[in-house]
Amino acid sequence: MESNENILEVNHLKINFNTYAGTVKAIRDVSFNLKKGETLAIVGESGSGKTVTTRSIMGLLAANSEVAGGDIQFHGKDILKMSQKELEQLRGAQIAQIFQDPMTSLDPTMRIGRQIAEPLMVHKGMKKDKAMAQALEMMKLVGITDAEQRINDYPHQFSGGMRQRIVIAIALINYPEILIADEPTTALDVTIQAQILDLMRELQNKISTSIIFITHDLGVVAGMADRVAVMYAGKIVEYGTVDEIFYNPKHPYTWGLLSSMPTLDTNGEELPSIPGTPPDLLDPPAGDAFAARNAYALKIDTEQEPPFFKVSDTHYAATWLLHPDAPKVTPPEQILERQEQFAKMQKDLAQQGHHVEEEEEKQ
Amino acid sequence: MAKYLIKRIFYLLLTLFIVITVTFFMMKLLPGTPLTNQQKLSPAQQHLILKQYGLTKPVWQQYLIYVAGVFHGNFGTSFQFSDQPVSYLISSRIGPSLLLGAQAMILGVIPGILVGALGAIKKNTWVDSTTTIVSILGISIPSFVLAVLLQYYIGLKLGWLPIADWGGFAYTILPTIALAASPFADTARFIRTEMVDVLNSDYIELAKAKGLSKWGVIYHHALRNSLIPVVTIIGPLAVNIMTGSMVIENIFSVPGIGEQFVKSILTNDYPTIMAVTIVYSLMLMVVLLITDIVYGIIDPRIRITNTSK
Amino acid sequence: MADEVKLPADAFEPLDKSKHLDSEKISAPNLTFMQDAWRRLKKNKGAIIAMTLLIIFFVMAFGSAFISPHNPNAVNPQYANLPPKWPGVGINGFNGTLVQAGSRVDAYKAAGAASSVHYWLGTDYLGRDLLSRILYGTRISLTVAVVATLVDLLFGVTFGLFSGWKGGRIDNFMQRIIEIIMSIPTLVVVVLLILVLKPGMMSITIAIAFSSWTTMARLIRAQTLELKEQEYVLAAKTLGESSIKIAFKHLLPNLSSIIIIQTMFTIPSAIFFEAFLSYVGIGISSPKASLGTLLNDGQKNFQFLPYQMWYPAIVLSIIMIAFNVFADGLRDAFDPQSKG
Repeated sequence: MESNENILEVNHLKINFNTYAGTVKAIRDVSFNLKKGETLAIVGESGSGKTVTTRSIMGLLAANSEVAGGDIQFHGKDILKMSQKELEQLRGAQIAQIFQDPMTSLDPTMRIGRQIAEPLMVHKGMKKDKAMAQALEMMKLVGITDAEQRINDYPHQFSGGMRQRIVIAIALINYPEILIADEPTTALDVTIQAQILDLMRELQNKISTSIIFITHDLGVVAGMADRVAVMYAGKIVEYGTVDEIFYNPKHPYTWGLLSSMPTLDTNGEELPSIPGTPPDLLDPPAGDAFAARNAYALKIDTEQEPPFFKVSDTHYAATWLLHPDAPKVTPPEQILERQEQFAKMQKDLAQQGHHVEEEEEKQ
Repeated sequence: MAKYLIKRIFYLLLTLFIVITVTFFMMKLLPGTPLTNQQKLSPAQQHLILKQYGLTKPVWQQYLIYVAGVFHGNFGTSFQFSDQPVSYLISSRIGPSLLLGAQAMILGVIPGILVGALGAIKKNTWVDSTTTIVSILGISIPSFVLAVLLQYYIGLKLGWLPIADWGGFAYTILPTIALAASPFADTARFIRTEMVDVLNSDYIELAKAKGLSKWGVIYHHALRNSLIPVVTIIGPLAVNIMTGSMVIENIFSVPGIGEQFVKSILTNDYPTIMAVTIVYSLMLMVVLLITDIVYGIIDPRIRITNTSK
Repeated sequence: MADEVKLPADAFEPLDKSKHLDSEKISAPNLTFMQDAWRRLKKNKGAIIAMTLLIIFFVMAFGSAFISPHNPNAVNPQYANLPPKWPGVGINGFNGTLVQAGSRVDAYKAAGAASSVHYWLGTDYLGRDLLSRILYGTRISLTVAVVATLVDLLFGVTFGLFSGWKGGRIDNFMQRIIEIIMSIPTLVVVVLLILVLKPGMMSITIAIAFSSWTTMARLIRAQTLELKEQEYVLAAKTLGESSIKIAFKHLLPNLSSIIIIQTMFTIPSAIFFEAFLSYVGIGISSPKASLGTLLNDGQKNFQFLPYQMWYPAIVLSIIMIAFNVFADGLRDAFDPQSKG
């Protein structure tokens, strides 16, 4: 399913918010790309800029925001420079979004069939009957039982999980190329969460869409994403494949996130947490924004922002610890275990790959 | 639904009964009889008149007779016009009041909705400021001041419309405008607040994410959701109009119950005051009942909770 | 790339954080709720102008109890119905002239007034100085409105708090009472009360207070029901604090913004009711004056002496507008949703 073709490229995006207290630098030079058919997870604490990033992709930035630099390339066009009209044609057709809270994101006074059919009528100029028929199909696809009877119900007649399925149906009805899921399971019960995640995976295979999955919960990421970008204070601090981030993390912030996540091995011990709070983006600190909370901080962290250091072709991290002159530090025990596991995986993989190459050579 | 209706009507009758009781005993506390407006009379004559009004019986008997009478549409005899039953006085005067009230409600609410919605859509622009100023003026300038100004400048100076009196549509225009100003302003403010809230809601965000145009979002999602709650302010607006009618009808010499009410107050015509109080309360209660039912019908969320009960 | 940058030798020393960094640094000024509300109110020009106007009106109206251009009740039939005259101003409307039978005449000369006699806003039909009467009337109107609002506040807040806090059957019963009162048009209640209590300043105040407390009570009750479920209130309850203490320490502070806003909206409606009743003729009675009685007097001569109604009408309208604008501003300032 995956290919190397970039469907979306975000380059050096900078977004500021003008508030009474001054300019909040919410996004400070963020770059990433999304490949066709893949799922990219963007992970970070609240306030790290995940949601602002997605809103800028949808062209739905708040009135007091200002794009201070960068571009977002989609099919050779810069979304940030599109007219309202072009954005309207984009939204809900090629790029769709699922919101966090299904309890409030449906229109309480419109029948759900109509709400699901609306994007079809808007974008394809479809007549109501035909659109409703497709909406019914989509309702079945997202697993709404008794779809025929329920198509004329109102949102309040559904449970939270069912409502999120409806929101997903709305997003997918036009088979978008990109689906942005902004914390789609945060507001749901854990069991329902799993159902919704399963549904998203299943549908991604069926309609081959690329997903940008925003979450603060690394646990959700493992089973969902192909690649992961970790955001902190308006920047991406580390990105790589899901295995690289989970088993070979390099940035101390990623270490902190992973250590604070419960695993099967944690029993009864207290989970470590990252001390302190994210910096105030009204006046971001010089150097590495994470330095103040970083147990491994170096002197240079307060002076100069770390550039991205390459770990592998797909894995980069912005921390001075990767500089050749930096002292060797020992990550937390849990991370060491993960890295050992990763080394083993790499070895297995290398051997397999070796076999494949040999076989190819033979042919 | 039927159960709900029966319950509501029961409460309505109970409230009406309390209103009748309270007004009756309040009036009994007051000094003054039909004799206040008469010249000196001999004690025998006085007794005769009091007997004619049923005022010689003990108070509790008077009360029972009154309550029984009210439920038969009999409100007693006016002190002021001693040959007229109060019920006749009211039934002959309710027409103009209802007509003016209905016209003022329409003239207030519909433009109010438009202006309020416009203010919310164009929030923080000059359009918003203008509509806000207009609605603040509408709320702040007392209706009777507006009425006098309209009467003088449009009626007298410009001579476009009749100054006062009753007799055809032209006579209703100025009083209607004076009565509608405040409901108009109330509605505009209400709708603006309501719509600003709705426009900030998640489902509007989702509607935008669907690719609806700005006006598509407003027409299909924002308008309906902010219009439904307007029903809840119809009751207070009706009160507003009733209040206004007392003095507006007076200024424009409209033969309505508002004008009658003020006259009765100034002449201590207690039977009429009581009757008008009861009629006003009944009208308000009916309006409140109807709006509650309508609200239940047009808001899907409430509709369901009612049937499930 | 980055590897080529020359870095100082000690750059990779571990950082002694105690010296350098404060991770909890907050750059935005730290504002309390009231400071924040005040900051937002100050940004609202309309609200500030309205507040200034209100202060001016209050100072002038209540100051006139001590210093007034004329005695507001001094009757002077010789100078009856004189139009406004400003010393040294020649513009029609301010020069003591008026149009009588088609020609402009100097009313002051006709009344035999000395050239030093000035009535800034003219006189009424008894020769009383209109400016002094308006100041006096404003004072009465404001007093009635403010006192009525305070009574309404006291009663409404207590009723709402009690009803919401007790809940259950008591709450149900108290809400029925409110519903009954609310199904009678306010003005009718006011009129009945005034008739029973005899027209006058006292009864008009009580009547207005009595008929307007229901809105406050309902607002406070709804909010109390919500606050009651908050953790800190539950905590106080569990710790055995008395209800009275909880009400004063936890509930009232959190209700304060609602109370202030509602009060600001109640005052203009009380002013309106007072003016309305006095205008109809069952409010304040002569020789006392209120804006309503002045309007009523002025309206009789409106065709010939429009200033007698215009000035009280303008003052009444400005006070009403100022209160409404100020209340709007307060509501926006207290409402965190409009932050930004």
